[in-house]
Amino acid sequence: MTRKSRRLWLACACLLGLGSATALTLNAFSSNIVFFMAPSQIHAKPPAPDRTVRLGGMVVAGSVRRQTVGETPVALFDVTDGQAAVTVRYEGILPDLFREGQSVVAIGTASPDGTFRASEVLAKHDETYMPKEVAEALRRSGKWDPRYGKAPDAASWDTMTVRDARKDAAGPQQQHGS
Amino acid sequence: MSPELGNFALALACCLAGAQAVLPLIGAQRRDPRLMAMAPALAVGQLLALLTSFACLVNAAIGDDFSVQNVAANSAVAKPLLYKITGVWGNHEGSVLLWALILGICGGAVGLFGRNLPSALRARVIAVLGGVSAGFLLFCLTTSNPFDRVWPAPLDGQGMNPLLQDPGLAFHPPILYTGYVGFAVPFAFAIAALIEGRVDAAWGRWVRPWAVAAWCFLTCGIALGSWWSYYVLGWGGYWFWDPVENASLIPWLTGTALVHSAIVVEKREALKIWTVLLAIGTFSFSLSGTFLVRSGILNSVHAFANDPARGVFILGLLALVIGGSLLLFAIRAPALTAGGMFAPVSREGLLVLNNILLCSICAVVLTGTMYPPFMSLLFGKTISVGKPFFDATAAPLAIPLLAFMGFGPMMPWKRAQFWPVLRRLWWAGILTAAAFALAAWRIRDILPLLAATFAVWVIAGSAADIAERIRLFRMPLGQSLHRARLLPRAALGAALAHAGVGVSVLGLAAMSQAAHKIVEVRVGQTEMLAGDAWTLTDVHAAPGPNYTSLIATIEVRHDGRLVTVLHPSKRTFASQNQTTTEVAIHTNLLSDLYGVLGDRHGTDADPTYVLRLHYNPLAPWMWLGGLIMAMGGVLSLSDRRMRVGAPRRARLAGLVAAR
Repeated sequence: MTRKSRRLWLACACLLGLGSATALTLNAFSSNIVFFMAPSQIHAKPPAPDRTVRLGGMVVAGSVRRQTVGETPVALFDVTDGQAAVTVRYEGILPDLFREGQSVVAIGTASPDGTFRASEVLAKHDETYMPKEVAEALRRSGKWDPRYGKAPDAASWDTMTVRDARKDAAGPQQQHGS
Repeated sequence: MSPELGNFALALACCLAGAQAVLPLIGAQRRDPRLMAMAPALAVGQLLALLTSFACLVNAAIGDDFSVQNVAANSAVAKPLLYKITGVWGNHEGSVLLWALILGICGGAVGLFGRNLPSALRARVIAVLGGVSAGFLLFCLTTSNPFDRVWPAPLDGQGMNPLLQDPGLAFHPPILYTGYVGFAVPFAFAIAALIEGRVDAAWGRWVRPWAVAAWCFLTCGIALGSWWSYYVLGWGGYWFWDPVENASLIPWLTGTALVHSAIVVEKREALKIWTVLLAIGTFSFSLSGTFLVRSGILNSVHAFANDPARGVFILGLLALVIGGSLLLFAIRAPALTAGGMFAPVSREGLLVLNNILLCSICAVVLTGTMYPPFMSLLFGKTISVGKPFFDATAAPLAIPLLAFMGFGPMMPWKRAQFWPVLRRLWWAGILTAAAFALAAWRIRDILPLLAATFAVWVIAGSAADIAERIRLFRMPLGQSLHRARLLPRAALGAALAHAGVGVSVLGLAAMSQAAHKIVEVRVGQTEMLAGDAWTLTDVHAAPGPNYTSLIATIEVRHDGRLVTVLHPSKRTFASQNQTTTEVAIHTNLLSDLYGVLGDRHGTDADPTYVLRLHYNPLAPWMWLGGLIMAMGGVLSLSDRRMRVGAPRRARLAGLVAAR
């Protein structure tokens, strides 16, 4: 085998390796990327039922309900970004750091009946921590700007939210004064 | 007083590192033996200063000196002694100091054990290590000084995150950091070779022990981290494809490629430029992995507090180290003489294939990790990629890697043929076919099925390699054993490490068949899972040193025979108002029974408890495989050829000629 053909072989092997890696990556990107959505975005444009999304927001205080289906515990709670609320249904043990009135990220699918079926619920770090994406969603919805101090108290936040969510469903949304 | 001493020692170490970066380099350029001889002394001096500094910080933590801000923020009087010590590196400032200390140890080790290196090469290697060290010590001193005082000193510290109060996590960071930082030595060798303009077989032989040692630590660190998340986080998961985990996997992949390509440099003087690039790349990935994650650019559970000054400093430092070394590579690499070419079907051909596949896997993991932050930076879209993405991309590339790994070590150098090698592996082939049949009966998904099959192929292939070398069953047993004793340890180590990969992959494949169940039960109720009957017999409260716990008792019976009694519990830490879940695991090495106690519901008179029960087949094998891999590395490090004899350059005259 000549030096040239050996070089050619090496180049082909490299191309094959990187080519298959690229093909696999692009293929996986088309189906496996998980988008982050705030509750209002889910209301506005519900994702396809087989599409996994990350839903993030604050857990509405007093909204956590527990049931048992057969022997499986099911938790239901509302997640809000201040403009709309989505009911999340989760079968399993809620994480240790899950609290009402605090931020949460749920990974799952939006089912056609309007509830969100979570396969995983994440509540990370200590009680002052807020996932970046949730903070961003809250800022966009105009409910809280991280530049102006701590997130509002859970109690005030929920009365505001649930009403807003209803209003939102009833008619065009009203802007709050700044 | 002692924190001031520590601060002074830290500043002294920074100055010594600066001198270490400059003087030996000038000495090597001017061929001044006195300046070159300063290198090991400066490296050892820096190491001593850093040891003093670290000891002062540990002393402040043990002595509850809450006037030191770092101790006040991360420790408390009530914390057990072990966690007072390990808590030193459980935070940003302390972990940067530990990082610098390990880098100092690497420099000192090259100074002390590198006596048989040519003095110019040794001076340059130590100088490069000193330069990296100076940068990070400056970072430590200016933006994250662990010795900063706070006034007035609080009476008690804020305490440590209870999740981190665990012996597994206590030893995970030092081991992982040693792995990350250890790759600084091959990096320094690569830079020194680029400055010198010369890479040869001897260089490959000098680099390899350092790369193998770092690789062993990194392997152990990753396995330990995965084990920690398995038994502490209580999700029954072992790998989350979190950016931090990926940050350790990426240098591991390129480091594994480096360990293999250095063999080709050593034996065949080929792949030289590529190996230099791998050495630079591996350390660059280690650096960016540790620090990008900590700077908060990647959204991760591990990110420490966000501080823009730190972020800018770190980015500048990374750009300097990585950009500078790549620039040097671009300028000097063409000056290196290209290596010989070789036949595609040969040992070195398969090692190239190994490198291509490992780097492809590395590329997809890197893409999956970096794509979300880039999308959010450039287009403001918040997306994430998780386990499905990595499963769909990394696994199909890993399977051909396993397939070639089974017979790669048996291929002869230079020119080989597939058929004679495969013919000697007939019994490994039969074993693999049997494994496929057995696995196909239990595993329905195609990827885990193929992974399990080829894992058996790798283990059988490694065994066949050794059996072939000692002519097992073809000679009297006594003679075979004699041959086994004469076998180079490097060959045994390679076979052991390959078998370790097989063991790990078998564990991963079997974990795809794990079963779990989440139930809400009363005391006395029985659940069935994977053929076992799990009965909750008791739940009671008990006090701990700085927490109160709720302990459940679960009896597991198989066909009426008691298998084990599990005690999962929940701990409530009053000082942080935080709850942690303590998992109970029973293992018989073939499977884990894993129980988690969840919330308590119902009325006080009639409470119900949520339980999560897992049956994890072959789970311990995942980490056992990592341990076996590291043991293989250690075994090959103990090979005589790795240490003596080799480090004599064939043509010393070439040193001058190359310039």
